[in-house]
Amino acid sequence: MRHWTTRLVRLVAVLLAVTAASFSMISLLPGDLATSVLGANSTAEDRQQVREELHLDDPIPVRYVRWIGDAVQGDLGISYRTKQPVAEALGERMGLTIQLVLMAQLFALLLAVPMAVAGALKQGSILDRALSAVQLAMMATPGYLVAIALMIVFAVKLGWFDTTGFVRFTDSPWGSLRSLLLPAIALGLEPVAMYARVLRTDLVSTFDQDFMWLARAKGNSTRRIVLRHALRPSSLGVVTLTGISLGRMIGGTVLVESIFALPGLGRFTIESIANRDFQALQGAVVVLTVAFVGVNFIVDILLGVIDPRTRAVERAA
Amino acid sequence: MSRRSSDRKGLGPVVWISIGWLVLLGGAALLVDVLPFFDPSDTRAGIPLSVPTSQNWLGTDQLGRDLLSRTVHGARVSMAVGIAAVILSSIVGGAVGLLSGYFRRALEGVSLFTADVLMAFPTMLLAASIVAFTDSRGLATVVLAIALIYFGPTIRIVRALTLTISTREYVVAARSLGARHGRVLWREVMPNVIPTLMSMMIVAMAGAVIAEGGLAYLNLSVAPPTATWGSMIAAGKPKIEQSLYPVLVPGAALFLTVLALTLIGDAIQKRHGRDLGAV
Repeated sequence: MRHWTTRLVRLVAVLLAVTAASFSMISLLPGDLATSVLGANSTAEDRQQVREELHLDDPIPVRYVRWIGDAVQGDLGISYRTKQPVAEALGERMGLTIQLVLMAQLFALLLAVPMAVAGALKQGSILDRALSAVQLAMMATPGYLVAIALMIVFAVKLGWFDTTGFVRFTDSPWGSLRSLLLPAIALGLEPVAMYARVLRTDLVSTFDQDFMWLARAKGNSTRRIVLRHALRPSSLGVVTLTGISLGRMIGGTVLVESIFALPGLGRFTIESIANRDFQALQGAVVVLTVAFVGVNFIVDILLGVIDPRTRAVERAA
Repeated sequence: MSRRSSDRKGLGPVVWISIGWLVLLGGAALLVDVLPFFDPSDTRAGIPLSVPTSQNWLGTDQLGRDLLSRTVHGARVSMAVGIAAVILSSIVGGAVGLLSGYFRRALEGVSLFTADVLMAFPTMLLAASIVAFTDSRGLATVVLAIALIYFGPTIRIVRALTLTISTREYVVAARSLGARHGRVLWREVMPNVIPTLMSMMIVAMAGAVIAEGGLAYLNLSVAPPTATWGSMIAAGKPKIEQSLYPVLVPGAALFLTVLALTLIGDAIQKRHGRDLGAV
């Protein structure tokens, strides 16, 4: 129990540091924020009024404390450009990104697990080597190239999918999955190689353990041995990786959503950067970072559920 | 931590082809001003969106600029950013990791916390924000933005490595013979950290090239008119139905470069008998 309290304290500390870092970065920006809100043609009085409304003349630590106080109550301020509350804008776009990332992770695992099992069962075979070659090629293909390639082939040339557009899951579950299929594949292909390589290595070492020999000696089929005995103890590495790779995936949504013109959090972030809408950017950075750190915290807890041995042991580094 | 010394065979043809590609591209990028390439911004190099011809070997873009010349110029940015960002993060992150793994105490706590904070930002978001925040689109900003992505992982890996090396007999022996900390670090610990750090650097370089391409696609890398692969892909995308080459050529260059780095990194890691996984 003490273990978890320490972790939780550390989690909160990291989140505070992350928000403070991005807040001060934004505040130390060259140029007057009031001017970027009102435009260059605004009068000095108007700018002064905005400065007062936004408390821009207070020292940065004071403004940060005020901001974080509002943030924990769900108030992330108002977008300078659209005048919409940032929290509301983020809420509208969150569903798409969550669905996209879930579909991408699912796709990655559906591809990686059979690859890893096949490779581990037939270690050193031609199949194993062919699979690892394919995995290296996947590793070397940036998601945005895959996204553009998929778009050219399936949307432009073959016309099987729309090039852009998102259907909400609540409007039409099937249409919604379809509208995010190409982006999810583009996003999911990158971690496949990592997952498959780590799971294959872990499976190979699990196969060597005594309980596996026992399972085999009892006359279980290979299929049953893999599914019932080997996968669970071998899955720790992959589960950890899904958490870590989420950071890269969230970063990837920035590109994939831009390429497919999807109204998600990633594109919102990039648009905030382009429009110099820093209140919105700060909100987006915080939401994405909290999601990433939070998921990794949950993954840590999950590891204990999958393999009770890890609960007692402090894992190094 | 066991290092298998069994497979001391040659590097194999795949690795040599990869090295060959990098040398070819790097050589062309270095000598581009001397070689008879078109000016990368010359809009009269050929007919816009032309297919490969004897004049424009790899076709032209929507403004009639030569794609081969622009791709080679783009290689300059990609390679410069890849190499500089990784060297920067390895030297700074490596030094911090080494010192905090060796001396432990408060330094270790502070540097691990810094690594945690840096790694809490989703990668692309960190790099994109840095470029946007500093409002500068020079090479140095892009290098710094991408170096920051690898700073956290480098600290963690080097520190973990130093921790195990510091307890080895030869380090303890050197200390008990009266060697100073500086000498122990320099002569005993660092030579054992560097091979792993080097193989990590190759893999990180592949990632850095991908990241630069992504930033450039979002118009957040080195500012135009400098040609970058990512900005070329972004510019060619709207015209994709008329000509594939403006996207295909820089895309292929990017893919082959990252593939070459990945294959070389993979071969080195296999030789060291360890898989560093995701860097």
